Formats: sequence, C-alpha cells, structure tokens
Amino acid sequence: MGFERNPFEEIRKRIAQNKLRDHLFWILGFFSTLIGFVVLFTLIIDLFIDGFPRLSWSFFISYPSRFPEKAGILSAWVGTTLVMVVTAVTAIPLGIAAGIYLEEYGKKNWLTHLIEINMNNLAGVPSIIYGLLALGLFVYFFKFGESILTGGLTLGLLILPMVVTSTRESIKSIPNSIREASYALGATKWQTVKDHILPYSMGGILTGVIIGLSRAIGETAPIITVGALTFIAFLPSPPLSPTFPFISFQWLFDPFTVMPIQMFNWVSRPQKEFHLNAAAAGIILLVMTLVMNGLAIYLRYRFRKRIKW
Amino acid sequence: MIIPERLKAEVKNLNFYYNQIQAIKNINLPIAENRITALIGPSGCGKTTYLRCFNRMHDLYPNNRYEGEIILYPDRLNIISPKVDPIEVRMRISMVFQKPNPFPKTIYENVAYGLRVRGENRRSFLDEKVEKALRQAALWDEVKDRLFDHAFNLSGGQQQRLCIARALATDPEILLFDEPTSALDPTATSKIEELIMQLKKDVTIIIVTHNMQQAARVSDYTAFMYLGEIIEFDKTEKIFTRPSKKLTEDYITGRFG
Repeated sequence: MGFERNPFEEIRKRIAQNKLRDHLFWILGFFSTLIGFVVLFTLIIDLFIDGFPRLSWSFFISYPSRFPEKAGILSAWVGTTLVMVVTAVTAIPLGIAAGIYLEEYGKKNWLTHLIEINMNNLAGVPSIIYGLLALGLFVYFFKFGESILTGGLTLGLLILPMVVTSTRESIKSIPNSIREASYALGATKWQTVKDHILPYSMGGILTGVIIGLSRAIGETAPIITVGALTFIAFLPSPPLSPTFPFISFQWLFDPFTVMPIQMFNWVSRPQKEFHLNAAAAGIILLVMTLVMNGLAIYLRYRFRKRIKW
Repeated sequence: MIIPERLKAEVKNLNFYYNQIQAIKNINLPIAENRITALIGPSGCGKTTYLRCFNRMHDLYPNNRYEGEIILYPDRLNIISPKVDPIEVRMRISMVFQKPNPFPKTIYENVAYGLRVRGENRRSFLDEKVEKALRQAALWDEVKDRLFDHAFNLSGGQQQRLCIARALATDPEILLFDEPTSALDPTATSKIEELIMQLKKDVTIIIVTHNMQQAARVSDYTAFMYLGEIIEFDKTEKIFTRPSKKLTEDYITGRFG
C-alpha cells in the first residue's frame, strides 16, 4: 500500500495488552472461586463418605448410647428443633419491632445513635459472652434453669442484633415517597407501617433472619455455658397432652441437648465409630439448616417478586 | 387582592420555618372554589414548601413550624393550627406528587387504599369507588381488564394518572399537584393537563409548576413566588399578558429563573 507502517499498529498493540490483563484477571478470579468451592465441596463429600453409611431410621429415633452402633440423635435433633423454635419466636418479632421502632418511630437523637452503635457492636460480640450473660440472667436471676427456654432465649439474644440491623437496613431502602404517599392519604403511622413498611421490607428482614438462624443452629459455646447436657436419654415433655388443657409448656423448662453438642461429644471420644456418628449427625445438621434457609429463601422470593424500587 | 369568586380556602399571613430558616414569608392568598390556582416561580422559591402546608406534610419531619392561618371553607377550619389533627386535614385535602409514587401493589389496591385507611372494606362499595376514580383520572379504559396487575407495570404517565385516581377516590375537597408532569414525556404531560382541567368541576385544584406554559394553559389564577414571597397574584391571563410587577414580567419572559 505504500505505507511504511500501519497507523493502527499502535492501538492494536494496546488492545492486545489490555486483553491480556483481562485474561489474567479472569484466571485469577476463576481460581479464587474454585478454591472456595473445592474446599467446601471436599468437606461435604468427606462428611458424606464418613457419615452416610450410619444414616438409618434407628439413628434418628435412638438416644445416645455408649455403644456407637446403637447411639442415635433423637434427643439432639428434638432439642435443636425446640431451641430454634424458642429462638425464632422470641428474636424475630422482638428484632423486627425494635428495628421498626428505631427507624420509623424513634426520634433521631443521641440516644438512638448510641443504641445504633451498640447494636452494631453487639453483632460482633463473641458468642461465649452471650452464654455468660445468659447464665447470669436466665439461669440464676430468672431461675429458668438449664432448660430449653434458657437455651432458646440465649440464642435469641445472640441473633437479635442481626435481625434488628437487617430490619433497619431494609426499611431504609424504602423510598420516602412511598411513606409520603401513604401519609398523604390520611394513614396513621401504624397503618403506614403495617400496610407498607413491613410488607415491602419483609424480603430484607428475612435475609437477616436466615443469617441469624443459621448462625444460631450451629452455636455450641453459649449453649454449653448455660448448662445444656452432653448426654441425655430422654425427651422433653410433649407440648400436647390428651387431657385438659391439651397443651403444655412444661417442655420449655426441661433439660436438653443440641446437635452441635452431640457432635462435639462424639468427636471427642477415642473410638473411630463415634467419629462416624458425628459425621452422620453433621449431615443432618446441614440438612436442617438447608431446610430452614430454604423456607426463608422461598418466603423472601414470594415477598420480593413484585417489589423493585 | 379580592377575587369575585366563592372561596374554598384562604391563606392569611402564612409564615413557615425549617428550623430557624424562614422558607415562606407572610403569604396571603385566596383559593377559589372549583378553580385551578397555579404557583409559578424559580426553583427553590418555596412553591413546594407552600403547597405542602396545605396537607400538613411538614408535620412528618421534626423542627418545622407554621405561623398564620390557612382557613378551609365552609367550616372555617384553620388547617395549620396545632389543635387540628394533620390526619383530618390529609383526609380532606389530597396530594399528587412530583414523581409518580404508586404503592408496589395492584392497580386496584392503589386506588382503594385511601378508603381502606378510612376503614372501608365492603367489596361492592370499593369496586364502585375504584371504577369511578379511575374514570375520573381517564385511566379506566386502559386498565379495566387488568385491575389486579401490579401498578409498576404501568407506564410513567399511567402511573401518575393512577396516583391522581388514588387521590380522587376519597372525594377530597382540594387536590394538590406538586409539579405532576415534571417526570413525564410531552404526550403524557398533555394528557395530565387535560385531565386537570376536567377535574376542576369536581374539586378545587392548586398546582405547583415550573413550566410557565403549563400554568398559562391550565390555570384560572396564578401566583408568582420568589424567595418565599408572593410577588404577584392575579387571573392567569392577566399575569401572562399584563403583569403589574417588573419581577413577574422578567420571569415570564425568561429573563431569569
């Protein structure tokens, strides 16, 4: 063509260089993701290889035993379920109500600022501290004993900051124009909260609830601190009874154990068979967490489906 | 100024303060019944602040203070008096906002909400009111087959008409419009303007706009505001053809603002 040198040579070199960096980052990102994924996957596979053969119906409906092949997780899964019920029933409504109060009702002054800072810090307090607090408050002061109620309230306290914080963040994301629209129609504060703020922030609130409950279900330290048993061969009293008044809350005050404690107990024994039991219990604990989260994620999907700001 | 009309409201010596900052300075203004009163003026002159006094929106935020009177006829209620419940005021005076702000609910529920707030849950009554309001807002034909669709699926102009229907469903005495077309395209704007002109037979209207042509097209009376004060108030045609103040003339001829 007569040109000594293609004038586009320069820009092509630059593009090639840029693309090389692009590829490098792609590789870096891919391997980072892979490492996380592989480690997690290996853990779960390992858990399944060890534990899966031990999973059987009798494993679910047997109490712990000194014979590993006879031992089961009945008292542990029942305990975990009941404790989580108490935790959910206390922490979720309290946390949501507190979050709504702080965002919608409370005046913005130094006191609410102080509460806000405290709340954020509480989320980072080690769980054993909550255990100690609960030991003093629920076991000794309120005399709830080393019971399901104490365990549930302790974990409730632990996840309360998460529920409050996620509630507040979620409420904050609702545009002010929606509030004004509601007030302009003559709605009171409560009508605005009940008809708009709460339903529109439910998705975000549930995220906090998921994170909170997932953390609570695996907690061991605070539960041991408040005196959960490590070996227990009976169930709490049933919540329903054939005689009047047909419903009983005695179970709240019964001693209990939970899945992570049962696992810890088995892992710390010398016999290999007990370690397999622990792995099997681990699978069940994972499944319980998944079911709980699945439910919350489904609800969140339902709430969020039609709302986009 | 005295106007030869029946009054729906009368503003007397109105002052308004955000903290210590005075945003509205000693405004006196009559609001004629079943007429459209437009407020024009450059950004930040206090038009919206003034409009939001009429439904006590300022009560939602701390450290706001009203002085003076806004008398609502026929019962001569001073709607900015601290003794008057802002909720009562908002039930009598509706508002349409600058940006369409439908609730993330169905079209039907958006319109019905004002009635639900008033404890009205009878289905047939709600159906009737929703249809009437949607017809008044010239939206019925477009949405009658999808009343239970999500309001966010409507276009911007339709959403704004939905907000107008929502405000109308409770039969307000005054309807406030805060720059209702500033977020809309020209076609949607002209539809809303037409609608506003039709609505004045049912309701008294106050509209804030920074589009002067809009004020000239739709309103019967126009107030020109500048720095928190009313500079001039008169019949719209007079304001736009023979303004009596230099400042008004400068503004409407585009010399500032």
